[in-house]
Amino acid sequence: MKYASAAITVGTATEEHSPPQCPAEESLCPVVAHEWVNDEYRHLVVKASRKALAAQPGQFFQLLCPTPDEVEVWFRRPQSVYRVARSSGRLEFLYKVAGRGTRGLAQLGPGDTLSMLGPLGIGFRLEPHWKNVVVLGRGVGLATMAPISQVAGELGVRVTAILSARSPDLALAADLFESVGTVIKVLDTDGTSAIENVEKILMRLIAENKADAFFTCGSNRLLQLMKRIGKEHGIPGQAAMEQIMACGLGPCYICVRTFEVGGRKEMRRVCVEGPVFDLQEVLGW
Amino acid sequence: MVDLSVNIGGVALPNPIMPASGTFSTEFSQVIDLNRLGALVSKTVSRKYRAGNPPPRVSEVQGGMINSIGLPTKGLEYFLDVQLREYKQFTPPLVCSITAETIEDFADMARDVSVPGVDAIEVNISCPTRQPGGGNFALNEEHTYKVVKLCRAATTKPLWAKLSPNAGDITAVAEAAEKAGADALTVSNTILGLKINTDTFLSYIGNGYGGLSGPGIKPIIVRMVNECAKAVKIPIIGCGGIMTVEDVVEYLLAGASAVEIGFLSFRNPTGMIAIIEGLERWCEKKGIERVSELTGAMVAHPPRDTYEAGMIGIS
Repeated sequence: MKYASAAITVGTATEEHSPPQCPAEESLCPVVAHEWVNDEYRHLVVKASRKALAAQPGQFFQLLCPTPDEVEVWFRRPQSVYRVARSSGRLEFLYKVAGRGTRGLAQLGPGDTLSMLGPLGIGFRLEPHWKNVVVLGRGVGLATMAPISQVAGELGVRVTAILSARSPDLALAADLFESVGTVIKVLDTDGTSAIENVEKILMRLIAENKADAFFTCGSNRLLQLMKRIGKEHGIPGQAAMEQIMACGLGPCYICVRTFEVGGRKEMRRVCVEGPVFDLQEVLGW
Repeated sequence: MVDLSVNIGGVALPNPIMPASGTFSTEFSQVIDLNRLGALVSKTVSRKYRAGNPPPRVSEVQGGMINSIGLPTKGLEYFLDVQLREYKQFTPPLVCSITAETIEDFADMARDVSVPGVDAIEVNISCPTRQPGGGNFALNEEHTYKVVKLCRAATTKPLWAKLSPNAGDITAVAEAAEKAGADALTVSNTILGLKINTDTFLSYIGNGYGGLSGPGIKPIIVRMVNECAKAVKIPIIGCGGIMTVEDVVEYLLAGASAVEIGFLSFRNPTGMIAIIEGLERWCEKKGIERVSELTGAMVAHPPRDTYEAGMIGIS
């Protein structure tokens, strides 16, 4: 396979390496499909292990990426789950090809195997009394919110998904969001993605009692908007965050971000204290 | 059946594989059975809470990574009240890594962590990310001697001194630590480095300089282990860039009695377990009954004639 350092142990973990009491594991997963969704995004489907399939909405895996050049991609790349299909034993990721790691990952094809570490982190929470939730995101952040929207839809919660994108073809996962709720696309091409317009949409949803909770991921601008409106109207919210990560398990303290809790700023780790955080505690980036 | 057990300055380890301080916590039990490790090594504890350095805290480089995390810790009280209990849910000996700003506080810290449940103290006098310039006590043999001497007087627990590859003469520092009463040496911490983004002209590390670690530094540290092993009688723990079973064997042959692993666990969190199993298989295959036989077993090349340049075809 396309790893620079062939001598280095890659994905040789066995069942005994992660005994049953461990919630996460390193597992080697066969790639089932790996297609371009558009010019920037790829859809990766793997056959996953039993532990991997227990992933909850908002949780992530650390994917070991092949190298796109001659130098090893040392660290795994954190990737949130796009879809869990437990009946067929498949796990799906939707990601943007952005840097060395994802360029390396993009080389994998059916028949290859992918070393995955997970499931990791704290995902989205859905309170039983929420009957209407609003999902707002942009770009690849939308993929992160697909599983919670799906679970909400299955539980009979009304989901309104505001999908922000540069152009209609970049509004990711629109089909999935349409299958579980109402989709509102806001675009750069027609100017509807302007923050003032998104604010109007949120205010209308609040007026129509369609916003018991907010979920956001992928845009600092939209996060700040949702945080402000959530605060003004007392609507609870959650935001999924990203950060450069190394171990993914907690000890290294590399993936910290600053949060504000009770007026006090503190560093928290995206990998174990997140990646999903209380919207009002997030400072953005 | 291979005997993997080793004894490091009064601490009996079931096998020679330990995590390197800073790369490990009980949170690893999300993925592996911690009871299989040779010892548990805590993240470095200081008296007070330390937030750590500004992100970005890490960047990949060709031979590994450069980091400046800055020893974030919730402080001594939290370690004693909460983390110690978490570590003691597991059976391997616990090594508590400590830091301090002053020599006196190092001694006080050594005294304060000398509680039941802590089996050894690793004195981290070598972290290059503690101060922006990379300075620390282990750069200098006199400073090292003073810290270790005062710590020695403050505790009866086994004391391991973690040395710095950034010292001008690491063997002089090793000898100073031994003379001051250290029971073992960890060789070593990371190598001070710098990586600059040529688009932004900024360091890739929020704090500027960082510590280089990973397989790229291994030959340097193996050499330092070998030099220190010749200079001191106390056991040495090799630490730097271990990715495979053969890397562990190299450290042992160079003179180490055990090893610490960090970088590998970021890539393969089950790597330490795979290496423990692999080391046993390696010994079986080579007919080695006790892993401790490997310590310092490197052999020197026999004396050989040298030749004139012209004789090997260089004109």
